[in-house]
Amino acid sequence: MSKTTPRQDLVTGIWKQNPVFVTLLGLCPTLAVTNSVANAIAMSAATFFVLLGSSILVSTAKRWIPKEVRIASYIMIIATFVTFADLVLEALVPDIHKALGAFIALIVVNCIILGRQEAFASKNTVFRAALDAIGTGIGFTIALLMMGSVREILGNGTFLGWHVFGPDFAPWVIMILPPGGFFTLGTYLLLFAWWKGRKKVTVHPRHWVHEVTAEAGDA
Amino acid sequence: MGELFWIFISAMLVNNFTLVLFLGLCPFFGVSARIATAVRMGLANIFVLVITSIAASLLNAFVLPYAPYLQLISFIVVIASLVQIVETVIKKISPTLFRELGIFLPLITTNCAILGLATFQTNRGYGFVEGLAFALGGGLGLTLALVLMASIRETIELADVPAMARNMGLVLIIAGSLSLAFMGFAGLFTS
Repeated sequence: MSKTTPRQDLVTGIWKQNPVFVTLLGLCPTLAVTNSVANAIAMSAATFFVLLGSSILVSTAKRWIPKEVRIASYIMIIATFVTFADLVLEALVPDIHKALGAFIALIVVNCIILGRQEAFASKNTVFRAALDAIGTGIGFTIALLMMGSVREILGNGTFLGWHVFGPDFAPWVIMILPPGGFFTLGTYLLLFAWWKGRKKVTVHPRHWVHEVTAEAGDA
Repeated sequence: MGELFWIFISAMLVNNFTLVLFLGLCPFFGVSARIATAVRMGLANIFVLVITSIAASLLNAFVLPYAPYLQLISFIVVIASLVQIVETVIKKISPTLFRELGIFLPLITTNCAILGLATFQTNRGYGFVEGLAFALGGGLGLTLALVLMASIRETIELADVPAMARNMGLVLIIAGSLSLAFMGFAGLFTS
């Protein structure tokens, strides 16, 4: 069905089509819960679980889901897995569950998960869907960790609670506050855009066309 | 009355849904390129938020005490179907209003702000009236953020920005600055 190889299914989601940095999906959790590395890990683990579970279930049940109500069905499946993850987190790590608060529930409306169901899991075999979910999940985890470590190191001077700079460091409190989330993601996007643009040789096609037509006109 | 006003102002400015709580970022980045569209999106959002608040209050009062684990699923299903019904009714009664706001309604239903409102309202134990004040404040705050963003984006469209800032990077930095400005409201009500 899909023209990609299983390896591509796994790899594209990790970096080339990174759900956060490239397709800019699922921004709510990316910005809201990355003020510390521990929160970012818990959030990505929960999202990973929900994504993998729903992808497997959707690709298994795709034959019995009518086209007209497919989105509603996907959301129900996702909501079930999120409820499951919510209860498990509350039982295992109550502190982190409290810190994440309502954002666990908001995994349901994370566009990444619904997007993968609609674009991939509903059209492919269980194995391929699971690979795709794992790849996208890893991509999301990488993005959250990149956000969380920058924000925790600069904003609190720590990494997973371990002091990085020693006692004299004055933390940039703004980084763990809401604006810091926007600034960190914005800076990453600017850096990636600069990296991409750097490799291209800057040619101004308009000048070329202009010169060519001018010469043709003279002749 | 004082407490209601406080909830309203807090939801609108101090804990602005978009800029401080990061709810409803999809429309904030997706449809903030034009002021006119942003205003309509904001109005549609207020509308859905109020419906959501009413639905969540009723569910909290009558259904969820008996089945707390159904919270998420029931919120999603009830809100989505309610919005669908309202959309159909509006289409029948006022086609003009439907053309203005209708296309946004299905998009909004699966938006973080909507489910976020229902969850926050439940976690904080707001009743029916408090929930309405929260929804109105949140909706107005969202509209305010959207319109501010759209006005800035319309202005910078003509500016000569570096090539690397032509994508969303610059928009995020602007959002950060707006968020920084909104944090100033936290000092408004210290008493």
